[in-house]
Parts: sequence; C-alpha cells; structure tokens
Amino acid sequence: MDPYNYLYLAALLFTIGAVGVVVRRNAIVVFMCIELMLNAGNLTLVTFSRINGDLNGQVVAFFTMVVAACEVVVGLAIIVAIYRSRRSASIDDASLLKR
Amino acid sequence: MLEIATPETVMFWALAPLSVLAALGMLVVKKAVHSAILLAFVMVTLAIFYIAQGAIFLGVVQIVVYTGAVMMLFLFILMLVGVDASDSLIETIKGLRWIAITAALGFGGLIITLIARATLGRTPVGLEFANSGGNVEGIAMLLFSDYVLPFEVISALLITAALGAMVLAHHQRTNRRPSQREQAIARFRTGSLSDAAGLPGPGVYALHNAVDVPALLPDGTPAPTSISATLKARGDVIESAQFQLDVVDPTVKEEK
Amino acid sequence: MVTASSLVYLIGLPLFGAAFLLLIGRKADKWGHIFATAMSAGSFILGLLHFFEMSSRATEDRAITQTLFTWIEVGSFKVDAALLLDQLSICFVLLISGVGTLIHIYSISYMAHDENRRRFFAYLNLFIAAMLLLVLGNSYLNLYVGWEGVGLASYLLIGFWNKKPAYATASKKAFVMNRIGDMGLSFAIMIAFATMGTVLFEGVKESVDRVGTPTLTAIGIMLLIAATGKSAQFPLQAWLGDAMAGPTPVSALIHAATMVTAGVYLIVRSNFIFDAAPTAQLLVVIVGAITLIFGAIIGMAKDDIKKALAASTMSQIGYMIVGAGLGPAGYAFAIMHLLTHGFFKAGMFLGAGSVMHGMNDEVNMRKYGGLRKVMPITFVTFGLGYLAIIGVPPFAGFYSKDEIIATAFNSGGAQGIILGSVTLLGAVITAFYMTRVMVLTFTSKARWDEGVHPHESPVLMWLPMAILAIGSVTAGYLFTQGDALVSWLAPLFAKKEEYDELMPHSVVTVLAITAVIIGVTAALMKYQFKSVDAIAPSDVSLATRLARNDLGQDLFNEAIFMRPGQALTQGLVIVDEKVIDGAVHGIGSMAVGSGATLRRTQSGYVRSYAALILVGALVLLAAIWVVTQ
Repeated sequence: MDPYNYLYLAALLFTIGAVGVVVRRNAIVVFMCIELMLNAGNLTLVTFSRINGDLNGQVVAFFTMVVAACEVVVGLAIIVAIYRSRRSASIDDASLLKR
Repeated sequence: MLEIATPETVMFWALAPLSVLAALGMLVVKKAVHSAILLAFVMVTLAIFYIAQGAIFLGVVQIVVYTGAVMMLFLFILMLVGVDASDSLIETIKGLRWIAITAALGFGGLIITLIARATLGRTPVGLEFANSGGNVEGIAMLLFSDYVLPFEVISALLITAALGAMVLAHHQRTNRRPSQREQAIARFRTGSLSDAAGLPGPGVYALHNAVDVPALLPDGTPAPTSISATLKARGDVIESAQFQLDVVDPTVKEEK
Repeated sequence: MVTASSLVYLIGLPLFGAAFLLLIGRKADKWGHIFATAMSAGSFILGLLHFFEMSSRATEDRAITQTLFTWIEVGSFKVDAALLLDQLSICFVLLISGVGTLIHIYSISYMAHDENRRRFFAYLNLFIAAMLLLVLGNSYLNLYVGWEGVGLASYLLIGFWNKKPAYATASKKAFVMNRIGDMGLSFAIMIAFATMGTVLFEGVKESVDRVGTPTLTAIGIMLLIAATGKSAQFPLQAWLGDAMAGPTPVSALIHAATMVTAGVYLIVRSNFIFDAAPTAQLLVVIVGAITLIFGAIIGMAKDDIKKALAASTMSQIGYMIVGAGLGPAGYAFAIMHLLTHGFFKAGMFLGAGSVMHGMNDEVNMRKYGGLRKVMPITFVTFGLGYLAIIGVPPFAGFYSKDEIIATAFNSGGAQGIILGSVTLLGAVITAFYMTRVMVLTFTSKARWDEGVHPHESPVLMWLPMAILAIGSVTAGYLFTQGDALVSWLAPLFAKKEEYDELMPHSVVTVLAITAVIIGVTAALMKYQFKSVDAIAPSDVSLATRLARNDLGQDLFNEAIFMRPGQALTQGLVIVDEKVIDGAVHGIGSMAVGSGATLRRTQSGYVRSYAALILVGALVLLAAIWVVTQ
C-alpha cells in the first residue's frame, strides 16, 4: 500500500467536514464538523511526518490539537452564552450582521 | 523505501471506509448526539491510524484529549442546550445546499487529483530511524528544544482560553437569588399542592415526585403510611389506585 | 523744476485716491468727492508742470522715461514697469487730467443726491489712473495694463446704477465687446514678442525693418481690432450707445473725451507699424470711414439726447481713425481732432447732463424744446460746442475736421476721392443731426411733460461747461497757430511725404463750409420751421426705422454671434448632460447596481459566508490545478 492513501482519506474527511459546516444549522454540529476538518489536517501532518521520517510534523499536529482544544473551549462558551440569551443554538438566528 | 506491511493495509482498508461513512453520517443524522457519537468514532479510527503510522504519542493524545475531553465537552453542552429546532435537516437558505455539495465535490475532486499529481521527489522513508529512541522521547526532544518557545506560548494560550471560557460562560445575577426557605414557602403558597415537591428530576421515569402521591410497595400497591395524615385530612391526596402497576392507565396525561 | 522721477505721481495720485476712498468706506462719504477732485487736480497740475518743463527742453530731449521696477524677467525677456512721457503722451495727460478734473467738479453737484457718491468718485479716480497708465506706458504690455484698467473702470461706471437690470446688462455688454478688442491687443503683443522679442515701443520701432510685411500686417490688424473694440468702431461699435446708461459725467469723460479715443492713441502710437503695413493702414481707413457714416446716420434718428451724442462720438472717432489711417500726413490731425473733440464733446455731454438735471432726468429730446430761455448758460455753452463740432469757423472743430478732410482728399487716387467724399458727406450729416439736437432741445417750442420745471444748473455744474466751451472756441485756433501741434508732434512720426495738392486747402474749406450750410439748413427746415411731435412718429421710412435701431447692429450681432454661440452652448450642455454627466452617473449607478447585487450575498448568515469561503477555496484549487497542469 501507498502512504498517500492516508492523504486521500484526509482530503475526503476534510471535504465532508467543509460540507457539514455549510449545511448543518446546529452550532454544535457545525463545531464538530470543524473539529473533523482539523483532525483531517492532523492526519496529513502525521502522514507527512512518516513519509519524511521526521518528527516535526507530529509536533505541529500536537500544537494543532492544543489550539483546537482552546478553540473548542472558547467556542462552546460562546455557544452557551448565545444560547442563554437567545434560547437557540441555530447559527442562522445569529444573523445580526445583516442589519 | 517505505514498505507497508500487510496488517496495516488490511487495517486501513477496513477502517478508512468506515470512518468516511461515519463522517458522512454526521451530516445526515438528525440528532446532534448521534453526530457526536459518529465523530467520536472517526476520532478513534484516526487515533488508530496515528498509532499505525508510528505516532504513538499523538494517537494516545488523540484518544485522551479528543475523544476523552473534547467530545465530552461537546456532549455536556448538548445536554445543556438540549434538542433544538436547528437539528432539522430542512435547508432554509435557498440553494445553499446545492452550492455546498457542488463546491465540495469540485473541491474534493481537485484536491485528490492534485495529491495524485504531486510528486515528492524522493522516496518515503518511514519513522523507524526517527522513532529509534522512542516516539515520546523524540517528540519531547523537539518540544523542549526547537519548539520550546511555541510550547510556552501555546500554554499561555490555553490558560487564556480557559479564562475566556469562564468569562463568557459566567452568568452575572441581576437580582438576589431566593433562599431555599423562600422557594419552599413560595411552593406551598400556590393554589395546589400537586407540584409542591417540584417536578421529577431529569432521567426519572415518574409522573409525580410529590408529597401528595403515595409510594408504591414492592407488590405495586400504594403504601398508605407514605403520606402525611394532615394531607389526608385536608383531602389533598391523589387517589392512589391509578398508580398501581397493573392498572396503569396509559391515557393519563402528565400533570404540570 | 519737475523731473522724470515724478512721473509716477501722475498715476499715483488718482490711484491712491481710488484705493483710499474704496478702502476707507462710508467714513469718507462727507469729503470723499473733494478728496478725489483734489487728487485729479493734483495730477493735472503736475502734468502742466511737466508740459512747461518739456516745452523748455530741446526737441530731441523732450521724451523722458521713469523706470519703476522690473516687472517681468524671464530669461532674456525683460519688461520693466516704466513710464514714458513724450510729446504725444503729454497731450493725453493734459486732456485726461484736465477734462477729468472739470468733470470731477461737475460731478460733485451732479451726483450730490446719490448715496454712493464716494464710490463714484473712487471709480472716477481709478479711471483717471488707468487712463494715464495707458498713455504713459513705455511698452505695449504696460499699455495693456492701463487698457484693461480703463475697461474695468468703464464697466464699473456704466453699471454704476446697477440696480436697474438694463444698466447692468449695458455694462456687461460693453465689457464683453471690449474683451474682443482686448483679445486683439493681446494677440498683437504676442506676435510682437514672438517675432521681435520685445514689446517696448522703442524696440518694436527698431525691429520693424527686420520682420516681414506680413507680420507687420498681422500686428496692425490685431491692433486695429483692439482699437475698434475700445473706440466703438465698426464692427465692435454696438456697446457705446448702451454705455449711455452710466451717469452723464461718465459719458462725458469716458465715452466721449478720453477712453474711447484710446484706439486712436494706440494706432497713432503704433504709427511705425502701420507705415510699414499698407494693407493694415488701408483697413484702418476703411473702418474709420464706415464708422463715420454709420454713427452719423444713427445720430440722425435718435431721440435720446445722450444716444444721439454717443452716435456723434462714434462718428467723430471715425474721423480720427480715418486721419490716423492716412499715414504721417494724418496722425497729427487725428490727434488734433481728438483733443478738440475732447473739449467740445465733453462740454456737450455735460450740457446734456445739465438739461437732464433740469428736466427730471428726461432724455427724450422730443419732450424738450424752448430751453434756451430757462437755461441760458447751458444753451450758450452747448451752442459753442455745437458750433465747434459742425465745423463753423473759427471754432475748434472747423480746424481739425477741415484738416482731416483735406488730407483725405489729398491722399491720392481713387482712395482720395472716395475718402474725401465720405468725410465731406459726414460733415453734412454731422451738421444735420447736431442742428437737430440743438433745435429740438433749445430753440423749438416747449413740449415738456406735466410737472416739469426746468431751471439752470448750479455753478459747480456750469463752470466746467463754460471752461470746456472756451476750449471749444479757442483750441482749434491755438493748435493750428503756426502749426503748433503738428510741429510739436512731428518728431514722433515719419517724415511727411511731399504730395501734389489734388485739392487746394482753400477749396476744401469752401466745400466743408458748404457742407455745413447744407446740413444746418436741412435740419432747420425739418425741425425749426415745422412743429415737432412729443411722440416719435411711427409712419417713417424704412431708413429711419433702421437708423433708430442702430442700423441693426444688435440684430446683426445676435444673428451672427449670439445665436450660434447659444446653439454651441446648448450643444455643449447636451454633451455635458448626456456624455459627461452620463458617464459620471453611469459610474455611480454602476456602483449602486453592483452594490445592490453584491449586497444580496451579504445575507448575514454565517453559513453562506462559509459557502463562499468554500467556493473561494475551490477557485484557488482550480487555479493551482490549471497552473500545475
């Protein structure tokens, strides 16, 4: 087998995550799709690390995970704050930029 | 030259289609909880792929941090928010779904052809040499030497994020919280005693959680001593016969 | 006694007066007129001192120059603001400041009841300063400054009563028509600079031999255009009649005695150019001859006393232009006629002002009549001016006009015969229309409106008239006594060619006097011995109607210049609205339209923005895909 197959897999997962961000309305699901995209990115980093025989890729993936964790914490806090004030977790309801 | 052994190949072809299916399932299932479970599955398969590719540390971190911490956080928030109208799969913005699917198909097709077209210029080497001193030790060597500054910065970021989340989630009271005593008095001052004990807690299969409903004995019959004599005297006791298990009336509506 | 360094005060005094009175404002209302008159009188006295100083010097030393400062210095081109006082300039200086001072004095009384009298006197002083600069400049560029200055003063004074829209329009008309002439002058200066590299009178005179005749002809024609504009000559004559909208002293000073003669001054000053450009010189004569007859014909039909006098002015300047166009033989006579005309025409205008003063500002001569008895001083002074203009010996006009007619006859060939006949015909008509004015105003039966009580004007008004009348009587005799003026000016001009006297001078004199008798008799027959209607008769011949309408000069201008100009403007407006505004509005509506379209992508939904990001990423990938093909 070819290690590139992991890259194809990562591309597919990334694309699916992107579609999910656009088509789902529940803010939490959207967030999970973003996590999916980040994970797909991590998979490519790990695969490149292996192909190059170099651990730098894994370190970057590690940093990505930490950043993703930060992002999840803050993002979910924002969702909770919005939910508390608007009683809705739909991201379409938060369309105040239009007005 | 990187040789991939048969077990890994088998594992890949077994898990990769499953993970893709699970990811696609995330998009089509209605309930956010189901999406979360499918995402957890994808993350676990990814952890397996990491370990298979020699990234043992990352694989473990993936399971601990993502499936363990992050996904739990998601589920907590889901519990907080609950089932929502936004879970509906009906598209409300005209044409957006088709734009998204078309663009995604094009995007995926292009990126896959681009990967196929790309050449490395040298042969893949594998991590046998890099991991010779142990994967965790190798990553630690890098983290605490070349990447020590980003490492420190990212720790600051993590703390900031935690603080930020606390600030965002913190709810400032605008009026004094009623004391327990005041709440109890308020409950009993209402017209009916039916909800004096409050509503049943979440996850409890019960129609009532109240002082005016008799407890059921192991044989299913109501226990007369379980109810205050004062209530009986006031006539505030609900007839217990309906609560007998063998004569449960399915048409009875929940009282609010 | 006086030196060249005091030349600047000739201009400086009235200029200071103008600036001072305009800047100090209403505080000077009480004494501003006296101050302005003093400034003008100071200028005149200084001019007189210069005149006596000059006469005491030898002929070749008479011209003096004062350099004030370096005005323009660009590379090798250098123009100084410098003043030149020579035999020609001093004539004008005395005329301008002398007549100007008399008219200042006259105006003190005439404008006594005008609340803006101080402003009027400031403008008068401004005019005196600009006119003196015009005649004192030592180069065409300095002359040009004065030329524009008198244009400005003329504009301000014609429109002095600008509360009446018609008067404001008249001043605008004068300004615009003068502008055409000014353009000619600026072109002349440009050509002179381009071909000769100098704009000094002296420099141009020396360069005449170096440049070809075509260049000189071009300069000459441009100078002629300038002269026709300023001096109300054909074809730029139409503004002078309307310029009578200004106060009468203005008409007397600017539109009779001084400013309108600036064209004559320009041509005489540029004699070296015209002497070397026969074509231009011929054009000068033609323009003068046409205007001479043109103005005289209009003068016969006008009932408005000021407009009749204005037409007469136009005609008399036509005489001067003819004289100036006759070459070295005529320059001095043109100047002589200019000076005598300055006296008698200014006097008559002041007389007309006096009459209007007594007749409640009525200008229609058909409502006058019989004023001889009630306004004796005005009648006498006006009458002396009248005798002077029609050329009765020994009054001033007789000498000067006679000389021009004689010179015209003697210019030789067919040109001489035609010109002589035209000037003689002009003399007949002049005698006719001036007699008409005289009869209608003073000697015929009174035709006054109800409530009009004519009276003699105060002393401040009749005194200047009397002084000018004395000038009208004596000037011609003084100038011709021993060829005084001719020999005074002779050093400035090329030597007069000797020619055969086609017509002996005595014959011309007899002819001219005969012409006057014919004209006067015809007018007396028509107006003195028949009753005159107070309302102009309407069943008159086509020629009379034409003359009343200024021979269609306004119609002509409107048809030839105004209508095409308006059409051009309207065309430009359409181009402006459709093409330029269209482009501007198009860009605007394009921005608005594209904004409205793009706005629809800004739905406020995060998901649609995410979709756009996805599409953008797709485009980027497609680009990479194409590039790495």
